[in-house]
Amino acid sequence: MKEIKFSEATMVKVREIISRYPDGRHKSALIPVLHLAQAEFDGWLSPEVMQYIAEILAIQAIEVFEVASFYSMFNLQPRGKCLIEVCRTSSCWLNGAYNIISYLEEKLNIKVGETTRDGKYTLKAVECLGSCGTAPMLQIGDQYHENLTFEKVDELLENYQQGEKMSNYC
Amino acid sequence: MKEGKKILFEHIDVPGIEGIATYRSCGGYQSVDKALTSMTATEVVHDVITSGLRGRGGAGFQTGTKWNFLAKPEGVPRYLVCNADESEPGTFKDRYLMEKIPHLLIEGMIVSSYALGVNKAYIYIRGEYFYLYKILEQAIEEAYKAGWLGQNILNSQYNLDLYMHIGAGAYICGEETALLESLEGKRGNPRIKPPFPAVAGLYGCPTVVNNVETIAAVPYIVQHGGEHYASFGTEKSTGTKLISASGHINKPGVYEIELGLPVEEFIYSDSYCGGIRNGNELKAVVAGGSSVPILPKHLILQTPDGQPRLMSYESLSEGGFAAGTMLGSGGFIVMDETTSIVMNLHTFARFYHHESCGQCSPCREGTGWMEKILHKILDGHGTLSDIDLLWDIQSKIEGKTICALGDAAAWPVASAIRHFRPEFEAYIKDPSAIKKFSHYNEKYKIAETAI
Repeated sequence: MKEIKFSEATMVKVREIISRYPDGRHKSALIPVLHLAQAEFDGWLSPEVMQYIAEILAIQAIEVFEVASFYSMFNLQPRGKCLIEVCRTSSCWLNGAYNIISYLEEKLNIKVGETTRDGKYTLKAVECLGSCGTAPMLQIGDQYHENLTFEKVDELLENYQQGEKMSNYC
Repeated sequence: MKEGKKILFEHIDVPGIEGIATYRSCGGYQSVDKALTSMTATEVVHDVITSGLRGRGGAGFQTGTKWNFLAKPEGVPRYLVCNADESEPGTFKDRYLMEKIPHLLIEGMIVSSYALGVNKAYIYIRGEYFYLYKILEQAIEEAYKAGWLGQNILNSQYNLDLYMHIGAGAYICGEETALLESLEGKRGNPRIKPPFPAVAGLYGCPTVVNNVETIAAVPYIVQHGGEHYASFGTEKSTGTKLISASGHINKPGVYEIELGLPVEEFIYSDSYCGGIRNGNELKAVVAGGSSVPILPKHLILQTPDGQPRLMSYESLSEGGFAAGTMLGSGGFIVMDETTSIVMNLHTFARFYHHESCGQCSPCREGTGWMEKILHKILDGHGTLSDIDLLWDIQSKIEGKTICALGDAAAWPVASAIRHFRPEFEAYIKDPSAIKKFSHYNEKYKIAETAI
């Protein structure tokens, strides 16, 4: 098992983030640091990772879990390398988000919430991502893919198949 | 017809405006120069009061009044926090502004911080907007290098540090006290008010929380004076507003409008939405983000007494909740005749169920039940009494929770039943009726709740 320890470069970022908050308020750095942790440790927050973050920020592990379990962007289970999040709230729905979701389900042969057997893709349906004027849309990593059509979805998956960086946070 | 005044978007199409050099050459950062070298903090606050600027995040509270409430105890730091947690369905204006012209927000943060006597300010941005976080980080770095941020700005003895802070996916963090909790590294559970943030906000210190668009309007107000700003718009809705237009229109996008523009012109004019797609009939509009009451065509275009409905705080709310709505965040969702109001409502109900923080039982339980009942109706198992049950549940959430999310979850349900009850009845009597709507998708299992 890989050792749970931030790289030196990430630690520099962690220290810089902590310095943004007043003395004694380092707990404020928790959410940004959890993003870093997720990016560095396979896209999810295991109990061991949360314990490690607690130690870095000198807080209790339960305080980390409280936060990690509240915010929808933190994954408490392993997920596929490429996390596809399709928006399905009003404006996206009005413009055919459900069709995009069904299309992806068929194409990847999984249901919403599942991961492909090869561990490559996880499909999620999410709530409003603030892209209502360019609906329907989906997000992969920090990239927004907007005005989707079935052809665009094909193209996207094709690109990711060919090993385009499965972008992540921070 | 009114000339559309552009205040925030005047230079938005200038190539390179996202960089500090071009931004400067278009007059950027002049308000900082003016405020720090020739105005007292009180004078800046006074200008914002006379401008009549109202909070652009949704509630529409007078910004100057909010600033005036800020407690100023000796020796206690004060904070300004910009709410960039834009997540109201139908709203994407702040995203557009921050992407296109990030320095406008930074300039606004500097003058506003100066006015409020703040030396440390934060921009709290939603986690999904990570690409914008990077854009803003870069803009902040440019501003530091150019001497607009840091120690002794323009030799005025004024110091300001501005930092980005990223969220991680929670609609509730757009509520200002939840946002502050989140900024302190906790779950985004709204606080009981009072005390208001103006007295005890971030780290228990006096704090002002303002929306991106509100802050971005301040440089213009400082530069040209509050009275000049108030000369645009209407008496109670001064200035301009960014409207995020989406749904079944020909030209979705973000438009800066002078408040008081007729709704009909906004929907049908080629300068704005450009009419309904495919030449279809307008059916309904959600005018201010998912939380505000939905209105059918005849009520969105005209007030109950037959006057043209205008895009302003007061005109949209005319008729109360029986026949009116709210300007809210300006998330303008247009639905044509092919839209199932019940299915749309289901997407809203699911959204609020997913986003309820779980602190107050009426909201935690009620939002879940509303989603379940709507699902039951859409699945063909509804009974007529379910409509009354939905009404009953929403009425037991509204006004009975710590924060406004409960109201925001209740209003769409109440208004959909109020204005479109026959459509609910039609599905219940004949479940196959749902299939005639363009969005019906047999394959998609709407049973999937949020994951």
